[in-house]
Amino acid sequence: MQLDWSSIPRASNALWEGFQFSISLTAFAALAGIILGTLLAMARLSSIKPLSMIASGYVNIFRSTPLVIVIYWFYVVLPFIIGRPIGAEHSAYVTFAIFEAAYFCEIMRAGIQSIPKGQVYAGSALGFTYGQNMRYIILPQAFRNVVPLLLTQTIILFQDTSLVYVLGATDLFGAADKIAHRDNTLLEMYVTVAVIYFVISFFLSRLVKHLHSKIAIIR
Amino acid sequence: MSQYQWDWLVIFENVTDTDEFYYQWLISGLGWTLLIALSAWVIALILGTIIGTARTLPNKFVAGIATAYVELFRNIPLIVQLFMWFFVLPEMVPTNIGNWMKQDMPHPGIITSIIGLGLFTAARVAEQIRTGILALPRGQKNAGLALGLTLAQTYRHVLLPMAFRVVIPPLTSEFMSIFKNSAVAYSITATELFFQMKQITGDYKPANQIEVVTIVGLIYILVAFSANRIMTFIERRVQVPGYISGGK
Amino acid sequence: MQKRLAFLVAAVSASFIGHAQANELTGTLKKIKDSGSITVGHRESSIPFSYLDDAQKPIGYAMDLCWKVVDAVKKELKLPNLAVKLNPVTSQTRIPLITNGTVDIECGSTTNSKERQKQVAFGVSTYVTSVRMLTKADSGVKTLDDLNGKAVVTTTGTTSDRYIKQNEKGHNIDVKNVYGKDHAESFLMVESGRAVAFVMDDVLLAGLIANSKSPKDFMIAGPALSVEPYGIMIRKDDPQFKKLVDDTLIGLMKSGEVEKIYNKWFTQPIPPKNINLNLPMSPQLKEAIKNPNDNGV
Repeated sequence: MQLDWSSIPRASNALWEGFQFSISLTAFAALAGIILGTLLAMARLSSIKPLSMIASGYVNIFRSTPLVIVIYWFYVVLPFIIGRPIGAEHSAYVTFAIFEAAYFCEIMRAGIQSIPKGQVYAGSALGFTYGQNMRYIILPQAFRNVVPLLLTQTIILFQDTSLVYVLGATDLFGAADKIAHRDNTLLEMYVTVAVIYFVISFFLSRLVKHLHSKIAIIR
Repeated sequence: MSQYQWDWLVIFENVTDTDEFYYQWLISGLGWTLLIALSAWVIALILGTIIGTARTLPNKFVAGIATAYVELFRNIPLIVQLFMWFFVLPEMVPTNIGNWMKQDMPHPGIITSIIGLGLFTAARVAEQIRTGILALPRGQKNAGLALGLTLAQTYRHVLLPMAFRVVIPPLTSEFMSIFKNSAVAYSITATELFFQMKQITGDYKPANQIEVVTIVGLIYILVAFSANRIMTFIERRVQVPGYISGGK
Repeated sequence: MQKRLAFLVAAVSASFIGHAQANELTGTLKKIKDSGSITVGHRESSIPFSYLDDAQKPIGYAMDLCWKVVDAVKKELKLPNLAVKLNPVTSQTRIPLITNGTVDIECGSTTNSKERQKQVAFGVSTYVTSVRMLTKADSGVKTLDDLNGKAVVTTTGTTSDRYIKQNEKGHNIDVKNVYGKDHAESFLMVESGRAVAFVMDDVLLAGLIANSKSPKDFMIAGPALSVEPYGIMIRKDDPQFKKLVDDTLIGLMKSGEVEKIYNKWFTQPIPPKNINLNLPMSPQLKEAIKNPNDNGV
């Protein structure tokens, strides 16, 4: 089999546009997901039963459903329920944020649980409220402990943005896939995007490793 | 204006001109999904533990190889990785081996999926094991060594048992994910659940695809939820007293 | 009593108003007029019907026909500046997006099937395809019998595997069915030697061959396993819009313009790689143009 790389440079515009969408979707979903996920994790570990049950129900449902089916549902079924169409890009942003929150919640929960209980008691003994304990003692340490996991999840998220193809929205992978089909150059295109994904994700993970070595807690 | 005509019984319909029913396709797909996911999970746990541990070792060379593995396998989308194993690898090996992989290997799509998904998930499991080991207070390793344990014994009896328990929540996520990730296997000819969904909602039953997609979604929820219950059960059994891990 | 009377008055006056404005808009045309825009659903890699060029604009045979329909809508509604929105669709989303109102008209390569007619309607057929086999030129495969014991690929979500299964009985052959996730991958299965033949709509096969690295290495073989019409997809139970679409298309067919559009996409070089499909009109398509119809299969 021979390979034909000539269609790759012509595709660079489309790939660049797809790349920008991937990045903005990843950034938005990671930010919204970490904030929402931290709140969910606190709710899940809270002593108020209904709150922790709602949070764990949310997490379990979203972690159990394939993202691609959630995306499809939001895009094609929700309009029947609310009575008007939702744009492909809007549904992508909303779906990813609420979906990823479930994953970030579990990571933050692991982080919070890695803190010895004695520290909580120490905080309480000093007169800290639950909120102060979280704010000043637990979350800062928990966050540092799980930075690598948060990053791993964000890299996964970056790759998962490829699933927006079900909406017809075009991210990096979608752009490559569409051109590959139009030009019948699957192998060449897939190799190209593999390299692009690798370079970006690798760069990201080096960056965070550097960051982590600066903020890691030595115990 | 027309309305969508709902028909939830569509999966119990007979496949035109055959004696098959659509629900039978879904059941057969579910069987392959479970086989692929569980086999890949075994590979991922074993390999992931070895690589995650290796990354924390003082030996720079071993740690470097382990790091390279993780970076390579977690930074390329799964669908692209499977594609490489299935279409690119047979072109790179000697022709007779390549031809065997293409024509004589039994269930090439299933076997390639299990190995590809296992190697991909191993990188993610490795990261969690490593994070678990690093989250342990440094004193534990030193205490182990001070007690006269070798480095291997310290890992075996002190660090890994602790690390495993700390990382159970994120490992649960990973275990649930592997069932969902196995859906990508459809892209390399594995006839698993997601494939059957695509098959039915294509030209066979294009009119009622929302129902079929939803039913398949519910099946995935059920499978992942069962996986979650199993892991939660294990989490409860092995929690470490004195850590916040929901212990009383 | 009073309420009932009021209802009666309302009903009677409504029916009068209905009579007074016989040409009152309904369905899609009303939606277009009210919103001031029409949304055209298009495919992204369905050569040469509906696909993106290098500037990411949808082009193709079905698109050209759709632009004529859009012009007719503008004229009918007297809205020369009607906003035209483009919305990409996939084989998975095209039906729900038509029924849920996201797109008003789908311009792609959708088979007009009885199964689809449960949810949507089609304009008169604008193309007719035959399901045949693609194989390597040196494979020696000429008929179905040559497939005995071999792997045959079909694309997930197509019914081509059914035609193979049906023929297995009659021909006493045993074929190994394998599945590609899309047409490009199915082609790759044949190209890389994982399968000996790929069974699909001949127009799609011709597109794949013309686009491949060495077109002379492949050929289309065997009998037509099925003959299927393609149509422009619209919402069901919408007689006004359906009439407008049909009148437009039939007009193009009678005036011979459809033949010019056909030749532009099927017998001449097309973007982006300037390939030529070299597919003159089939007898079945000529018949469909002579006697326009929207019968499904």
